Amino acid sequence: MRRRDFIYLTGLGAAGAVMLPGMAGARPITPEEALTPVDVALKKKLADVALNAARSKGATYTDVRIGRYLNQFVVTREDKVQNIVNTESYGLGIRVIANGSWGFAATDKLDNDSIAKTAELAVAIAKENSRLLTEPVRLAPQKGYGEVSWKAPIEKNGFEVPIKDKVDLLLGVNSAAMTAGANYITSLLFLINEQKYFASSDGSYIDQDVHRIWPAFFATSIDPTTGKFETRNSLSAPMGMGYEYLDVRPQDKIVVPGVTTLYKGRYDMLEDAKAAGAQAAGKLKAKSVEPGKYDLVLDPSHLWLTIHESVGHPTELDRVLGYEANFAGTSFLTLDKWESKKFNFGSKMVNFVADKQQVGSLGAVGYDDEGVQCGKWDLIKDGILVDYQVIRDQAHILGLNASRGCCYADNWSSVQFQRMPNVSLQPGKEKKSVDDIIKGVEKGIYIVGDGSFSIDQQRYNFQFGGQLFYEIKNGKIAGMLKDVAYQANSQDFWNSCVAIADQNDYRLGGAFGDGKGQPPQSNSVSHGSSTSRFNGVNVINTSRQI
Amino acid sequence: MPILSKEQAQTLLKKVLSYSKADECEVNLNGSDGGNVRYARNAVSTSGIVSQNQLVVASAYGKKLGIATINEFDDASLEKVVRRSEELAQLAPENPEYVPFLGPQQYTESKTYVPATAAITPKQRAELVEKSLKVAKDAKAIAAGFLEDNAGFAAMMNSKGLFAYNTSTNTNFSITVRTEDGKGSGYAIRGYNDVNKLDTKLATEIATKKAIGSVTAKAIEPGKYTVILEPAAVAVLLENIFFGLDARQADEGRSFLSKPGGQTRLGEKLVDERVNIYSDPLNPELPTSPWNGDGRAQEKVSWIEKGVIKNLTWERYWAQKKGVKAIPSPDAAIMDGGTKTLEELIKGTKKGILVTKLWYIRSVDPQSLLLTGLTRDGTFYIENGEIKYPIKNFRFNESPIIMLNNLEELGKQERTVSTESNQNYLVPAIKARDFTFSSLSDAV
Repeated sequence: MRRRDFIYLTGLGAAGAVMLPGMAGARPITPEEALTPVDVALKKKLADVALNAARSKGATYTDVRIGRYLNQFVVTREDKVQNIVNTESYGLGIRVIANGSWGFAATDKLDNDSIAKTAELAVAIAKENSRLLTEPVRLAPQKGYGEVSWKAPIEKNGFEVPIKDKVDLLLGVNSAAMTAGANYITSLLFLINEQKYFASSDGSYIDQDVHRIWPAFFATSIDPTTGKFETRNSLSAPMGMGYEYLDVRPQDKIVVPGVTTLYKGRYDMLEDAKAAGAQAAGKLKAKSVEPGKYDLVLDPSHLWLTIHESVGHPTELDRVLGYEANFAGTSFLTLDKWESKKFNFGSKMVNFVADKQQVGSLGAVGYDDEGVQCGKWDLIKDGILVDYQVIRDQAHILGLNASRGCCYADNWSSVQFQRMPNVSLQPGKEKKSVDDIIKGVEKGIYIVGDGSFSIDQQRYNFQFGGQLFYEIKNGKIAGMLKDVAYQANSQDFWNSCVAIADQNDYRLGGAFGDGKGQPPQSNSVSHGSSTSRFNGVNVINTSRQI
Repeated sequence: MPILSKEQAQTLLKKVLSYSKADECEVNLNGSDGGNVRYARNAVSTSGIVSQNQLVVASAYGKKLGIATINEFDDASLEKVVRRSEELAQLAPENPEYVPFLGPQQYTESKTYVPATAAITPKQRAELVEKSLKVAKDAKAIAAGFLEDNAGFAAMMNSKGLFAYNTSTNTNFSITVRTEDGKGSGYAIRGYNDVNKLDTKLATEIATKKAIGSVTAKAIEPGKYTVILEPAAVAVLLENIFFGLDARQADEGRSFLSKPGGQTRLGEKLVDERVNIYSDPLNPELPTSPWNGDGRAQEKVSWIEKGVIKNLTWERYWAQKKGVKAIPSPDAAIMDGGTKTLEELIKGTKKGILVTKLWYIRSVDPQSLLLTGLTRDGTFYIENGEIKYPIKNFRFNESPIIMLNNLEELGKQERTVSTESNQNYLVPAIKARDFTFSSLSDAV
């Protein structure tokens, strides 16, 4: 059972729905091994073997990805370390076009013969697939960049931090939460380093070094007399950063009086754990929500997931075109709506930008996995749908002469396809704080942290929960609520957006393991936003007796 | 690596163990050959062949455990991986919950391997896909599908004399057919150990019929309805019960099986008395491995009998602490069905809704096992024993525990695949009253 095996692996329990990136064929290694990169000259030599072999067999286009994917995870519960694992996955994937069709093959045997045979196999698969072709692949033109490189601008490589420091931090977090009121807690640190090398028959040789970090915990409080239990998960975000994400700085905190402390760019895990212990216990005594229409004030630690599901996924062009119809689904943002240039996705203040370069974000890279230099572009402008997420073989469908650089594969052994870039809600232009927004709400709910999530296969109807819910009465926080979930239609919801806080409140949230494709692949992506207000949203009560 | 015979695996594993200097050593070896074809917009989009193998060595010193893995099998590599696991064990903190490896176990002979599936060729895969595509194209509809198959072996041996070996094959196929105008969508999913049982033409015909039949769907009011859930829809709800049977979570008070005062619902009647759920590695329709990853034997276990929770799953540490048998999590689950076909269930329904598939299932409240998700790819209104018209999709908020208490009737048992976990199950169609649909969706 794939899902259960993963839960067993990490001890995540209820936190379940996360795919672990880059684990295919992974082998555990020592922390020291993770710090020695592969020589770029060697990678170029291996890539040239593949490029030449594929061309000689009849490929009209070839790209080669040599990937070294390093993961470290440390998992603890209460006063025990459950798991410390270092893994490495290293190999080479070759994608070709032959007879107008795609072919792909991969190997972890990196001698010249194996690479040449793999290239041959990729060409053979392309030729076999071309029998069932309806139209040949049309690639947007792409110039070769020659030999270039890109490195994530991290300050502290997490793989260099001793395991003992990480264990001490997590056990300290567990102790803080339990002292404050939690009965059980699982905490973890995930570190990822993707060392990716890309070469193509266009003449690019691109070496990149990507880092990601995700510190998280899941605290549970139990009332033994009623048998009720409540959880409060960490308010951290997975980030495209080094270990500096855990270096606490006072200027990165946003304190909402009577609610909690929120984090911007840096994360105080100990402080959040202490708050979580008390809040998990507090949720047991909170008022069960009265269902009905409320004005919602959504914190960025919550809103990122709503953005991910209702804006990120429907603007994926492969979904729009039907390539994901058998699994993830299609999209309500059909081409005719884009062509009309007047489809009201949201209210006038709603602006969404796709950005593959955003510093500190999960999706930041210099170049995508088909050798396209990454950039930034509008998806929703002044509430109107204006563009999609695009890769090279889709660009012609939109009349574009270049890809938007959205191609990604989660491993050397996976074939790259269109994946989501960072998609973020732009902050409000007027000066406005969280307090200013709450002040204006008569009957509302303030939601912090992400919880349960579900959306239909065309991205119309969604339902979201959260971690912390506070009733707003006449512009003031009036105490904690529980059993809250809201339901809406994506277009109605974004049209009900009436206030967005300014740049000072802008923060990133993100998905560490977003699943898509068959066989499924994992992608990491950030979503930025400032606290926003949505009027008249339908709230349900989720409490049931069994 | 080809599939190793039992003797070949035994020889290799003995060699690995001969390098061990730790207090305890356990080695897992597995290999598989898999193939897949993905298609959309009536053409193949990607296809791949994946061959992988892995040797996992776990070494323990006292209560300190280290794990290392390798995919090279020469003597030097085998010794290196043993040394690396020993180094990691020495660096690891002591785990107070460490349980020593198992000694020799008795296993039954498995039925999980079918030579025809292991012998599948790229040409056969292409033919299976072509048959499916033809059905959709002939109906002027648009198909997107995924065919995957694999054949593999798994073996384990440890320094206490345990040895286990198994081979298995599987093939899963799913197909979505949409009408050209995008107003209708239908779906079918199949899973078998034997690829010869897979009929991609028939599955695509069913999906096509549902696609065409679901055009011009009407909106009806959300609320509580009698539903007939097809087996694929049943599987994604019930697996949340199967995944939630952990005894430790229940004992700790954070499961739907927990009760006030630290008690659990083990031994209590929780659902309708017609509900019988069990696992059986030797079931001919859904055979599974006779042993699990830590070497425990998989036996026939009753989980829910006549509506009563009969057994929970146990980690070895927790079972030892509680002094009970450490029953492992099963690799599949089976629910007893009735004798009626889907058509007969529909015929006996005055007013109700037929659900082909449920999608994007997520836990809303683990306390009540409340789940949310949506209907998809063929939802129909039933009146006076007949399908009257297609209806627009609904979001539901319902607990499978409540659903099994509202049971009306069970259909025939059928092997199906979870669209959420890709896991195979043997479950019936279920007719249940008062299933809670909370809002409408415009999605097709």
